[in-house]
Amino acid sequence: MSDGNRTQSGELQMAEKAIELVGINKSFGAVRANRDIQLSVDKGTIHGIIGENGAGKSTLMSILYGFYQADSGVIRIGGKPVSIKTPNEAIAHGIGMVHQHFMLVENFTVLENIILGAEGSAFLNSGIAKARSELQRLEEEYGLEVDPDAVIEDLAVGLQQRVEILKALYRGAEILILDEPTGVLTPAEADHLFRILRKLKDEGKTVMLITHKLREIMAVTDNVSVMRQGTMVATRKTAETTVEELAELMVGRRVLLQVDKGPANPDEVKLSVRNLTVTDSRKVDVVKNVSFDVRGGEIVGIAGVAGNGQSELIETIAGLRKAAKGEMTLDGKKIEIIGARQGDLRDQGLAHVPEDRHHMGLVLQFEEYENAILGYHDDPEFQKGLLMDLDKVRETATSMIEKYDIRPPNPRLKTANFSGGNQQKIVLAREIEQDPSVLIVGQPTRGVDVGAIEFIHRRLIEMRDAGKAVLLVSVELDEIRSLSDRILVMFDGRIVGERGPDATEGELGLLMAGVEQKEAAE
Amino acid sequence: MSTPYAKLPLWADYGLIPLINLTVAFLVAGFVVMLVGESPIEAVQLMLKGAFGSGRGIGYTLYYATNFIFTGLAVAVAFHGGLFNIGGEGQASIAGVGVAIVCLTFDSILPWWLTFPLAIAAAAIFGAAWVLIPAWLQAYRGSHIVITTIMFNFIAASLMVYLMVYVFKPDGQQVPESRQFLEGANIPSLEPLLGMLGITARRTPLNITFILALVAAFGVWLLIWRTKLGYEIRTMGLSAKAALYAGIGEKRTIIVTLLISAALAGMMSLNPIMGAQDRIQLNFAGGAGFVGIAVALMGRSHPAGIIFAAILFGMLYQGGAEIAFEMPNITREMIVVIMGLVIFFAGALENMFRPFVQTIFASIRPRSVGLDPKPAGEA
Amino acid sequence: MFDVLISLLDSTVRLSVALLLACLAGLYSERSGVFDIGLEGKMLAGAFAAASAAAVTGSAWVGVAAAIFAAVFFALVHGFASITNRGNQIVSGVAINFIVAGATVLLGQAWFKEGGRTPQLTGNARFDAITLPFADAVRGVPVIGPIYAELISGHSILVYIAFAMVPLTWWILFRTRFGLRLRAVGENPAAVDTAGISVTWLRYRAVICCGILTGLAGAYLSLAQSPGFVKDMTAGRGFVALAALIFAKWKPVPAMFACLLFGFLDAFAIRFQGYSFPLIGQVPTQLMQALPYILTVILLAGFIGKAIPPKAGGVAYVKER
Repeated sequence: MSDGNRTQSGELQMAEKAIELVGINKSFGAVRANRDIQLSVDKGTIHGIIGENGAGKSTLMSILYGFYQADSGVIRIGGKPVSIKTPNEAIAHGIGMVHQHFMLVENFTVLENIILGAEGSAFLNSGIAKARSELQRLEEEYGLEVDPDAVIEDLAVGLQQRVEILKALYRGAEILILDEPTGVLTPAEADHLFRILRKLKDEGKTVMLITHKLREIMAVTDNVSVMRQGTMVATRKTAETTVEELAELMVGRRVLLQVDKGPANPDEVKLSVRNLTVTDSRKVDVVKNVSFDVRGGEIVGIAGVAGNGQSELIETIAGLRKAAKGEMTLDGKKIEIIGARQGDLRDQGLAHVPEDRHHMGLVLQFEEYENAILGYHDDPEFQKGLLMDLDKVRETATSMIEKYDIRPPNPRLKTANFSGGNQQKIVLAREIEQDPSVLIVGQPTRGVDVGAIEFIHRRLIEMRDAGKAVLLVSVELDEIRSLSDRILVMFDGRIVGERGPDATEGELGLLMAGVEQKEAAE
Repeated sequence: MSTPYAKLPLWADYGLIPLINLTVAFLVAGFVVMLVGESPIEAVQLMLKGAFGSGRGIGYTLYYATNFIFTGLAVAVAFHGGLFNIGGEGQASIAGVGVAIVCLTFDSILPWWLTFPLAIAAAAIFGAAWVLIPAWLQAYRGSHIVITTIMFNFIAASLMVYLMVYVFKPDGQQVPESRQFLEGANIPSLEPLLGMLGITARRTPLNITFILALVAAFGVWLLIWRTKLGYEIRTMGLSAKAALYAGIGEKRTIIVTLLISAALAGMMSLNPIMGAQDRIQLNFAGGAGFVGIAVALMGRSHPAGIIFAAILFGMLYQGGAEIAFEMPNITREMIVVIMGLVIFFAGALENMFRPFVQTIFASIRPRSVGLDPKPAGEA
Repeated sequence: MFDVLISLLDSTVRLSVALLLACLAGLYSERSGVFDIGLEGKMLAGAFAAASAAAVTGSAWVGVAAAIFAAVFFALVHGFASITNRGNQIVSGVAINFIVAGATVLLGQAWFKEGGRTPQLTGNARFDAITLPFADAVRGVPVIGPIYAELISGHSILVYIAFAMVPLTWWILFRTRFGLRLRAVGENPAAVDTAGISVTWLRYRAVICCGILTGLAGAYLSLAQSPGFVKDMTAGRGFVALAALIFAKWKPVPAMFACLLFGFLDAFAIRFQGYSFPLIGQVPTQLMQALPYILTVILLAGFIGKAIPPKAGGVAYVKER
């Protein structure tokens, strides 16, 4: 008995470190992305790294993978210090990475993507047969079945991710880093991924899971490290911590996961959509026969995993896309949605905060005041005869800056120099101040720091209380649940269910995964 | 981190960087001069003497600059919309046909101050017409504007030969050009104006088209930065997605931008045809359409920079004639080489010097580049 | 009638060689994501270098080497601007075209004093027609004879090299590691980067291949098609090659057919210059001359199929973090 204990504690003490990071520093100009990072990852474990957007997780992983070099610090793999100057060297040390945005060549086959970089010889024919059998073996061993001759652009997102993982395994990865892997997966697909991760762990691989989703950490990791504003603030054994503790560590203060708001007082229907069907360039229906109303004085939230038609839905409503079928009325007036769209329903009282803030909602090279009127530049109030009334424009911009606490408060500064949160405030200010009757908001707090998140949420509630109709689309279920008065769940282009704000995450998750459910009447 | 977007003080953006680009271009050109066995220093001296050393020289320099202001503005307007109009040469040529038609029709009927506005309109309309097909193809079929406008340059060249030989040439004449214009198409020279400034310039071709060019430059400035259309053009040029979001019709804006661009290029033809040669000749544009590209790049698509760059290239042309006289090894082609070098350094390698200059400014005076002492990332 | 056809096709082959080489050159560059509008300039540089070197040394092969050297030089300049400095690729190409257009005449005048052209080339300084084995013997055989003797045999060596480049390019693109990576980097350079392959070196290699082929194209123009260099002798072929490339959807074999089509137009225009057609009468020479350019515009109008270019084409690769 005592032998067993001693052996056990002896084994524990000798738990091999797969990766050790000691004193890693990395700055980009004035921004210190990583500050004196200490990290230790045990071999054969699933180690989570959690932090908000901008906390420095991606930079750290890029250093590990050889994209960047740290300014100072040591990396140790298996106890030995190494220098990783290129992805090639990282691969040689057994590090494989599955990126958030897949690194796949869309018009290549699965096999071609996997052998890219490890072709085996200068002439393809000889390497391919060997690759095929090796790939077969890996697929079976880890449960990552996928057709090697399928073309990537024809595959579902979940399958594409498998190819990414296979790529890393094919190159002999012993340490697998996954960067925000579940952003594009349904809860069911995410569960399947976690099963694969556990299998990898059983086979002796080490897994690092980068995410901002607390529930994933709790579900699958053995240890978790928390990053905040460039530093590693804590490391815990997952079993010994809670969601609340991690959240607090992540933001540095108690976070209100709920927004204070009074009850909703919806009045008349401001936005109405009937039988809306949208087809994409590949002739596939991405929005299928969707119908719903949004009333003044309520926030309707559309929940769903990214890629289930929500983006196309709001783009169509906002006027950026044309519908194949269906009808829409705005404030009682019928809007033509089937012909070519011009993107401009602003005169009809519709304002749109787009999901793609950087490329759509703003022109980054414009000065701030120029962006303050984007979309409203042809308003008569901004014209003076043949020319534009720039004084009025700057006045408008300045008042928005004051009201929304946009920093730095300089309307002549190039928009690209504002932080993500402030950029979002610029867009939000612009759309809200036009006093629309319907406001469409997509991913309002993506890439935005916590202080700005609370501000933005409060403004949306204010809009609702002022009697406006707000349509919210977000992949963050917490945001949907805390803001919405009614929740519509989209899956595979359809609205598969409507719930009140007291619906549980489990309920919503099932709907998001396409599981048919009776109305929650039980 | 957002260094590419950091602001440089206006004078650095439009003065210092073009100067650096030009200097490097000239250094390389000097090297080519040495390759043909001549002294670069001597060449520069000759050039300056030829361009500014006499009243006549100044007149010629500004005459050439007039051409380049128009073609430079043309390219710049298109650039702001994210489009590259290389067809200035062809557009100017076809515009010249319009001008010639007006002159040949009205030169015995109307006084010059009525013929001139008609000719201006004709130049703009004919020039714009020559870009209509490429513009439509770019907007509606996605055909690359660069290749189509280059093709239209070649087609225009063939067409001009045909027109000169078979349409404009009076019977019995050998030279492929029209007859000389009469009184009604003679626009005033700027000789008296120069005289008022104390510059004696006899027999220079400098004429009132130069004033028109300056007016056009001001007009372009107003258009791009002070009108709704200009805002839409700039938005489209910087971000097609934002333009869609803002309700700016892309197809319409592409075509309008290119029409304006080609109209400006077309107006260039007024200078040689009505101001200097008093007839339409083969190849009257003389490559000005292409110089416009260099001028726009060097002037960073801003009318003030374009005027400055146009005068510089005018200096090159006029001074170049002086060099060619004294150094027969350095032919007119040298100008083409310099033009190419300027386009290269001002256009393709513009990233090369900008970060360097920005780092210097950022360390000396952070506020001048819009950087706040507070680190980025704070709400 | 048959003789006219054979002679037309014979000319077609000869007139499409320069275009074909330039087109294949563009294929390597564009497939890797580097847009190259400077094919014209590189070809011209090659033509000048070839003629100058051949005139001085008396050997056509030295000329070819010089052509490749010159074209690769400018290809590297374009690469430096586009790849390393992430500059505007179109502007770089336009600049190179101007620089070469001016420098060739300038240097030509300085070195040879003939108004910008090189001295006429004779003898070994040119490439002469090669008679394939048995060509004379089979000439008499109906149909097959003339096809073999006139159409296939009797071209200079560069012609055969050019057409051999087509299957070679296909094989490189689709059967070698280099080709796989080249195609990948034009679609998704980030994928190539994360696989541990240098995007920069790969694109430079593509650009060098482009230089080699445009050099050959230029050498053909001044050593085989004409006896020497003349100002602006490329006459827009570099741009027409781009149109042919787009029309061929960036594939080697269709590119060959597209270039043959243009060659046929050229041959037709030359053969029927001043000819009085039934119904139409005499077509002005200028219109005949403008035909290739008009056809290019029609091709680009895409009424003959929509072409999807390499996804990462024309955009410099920046590590997105």
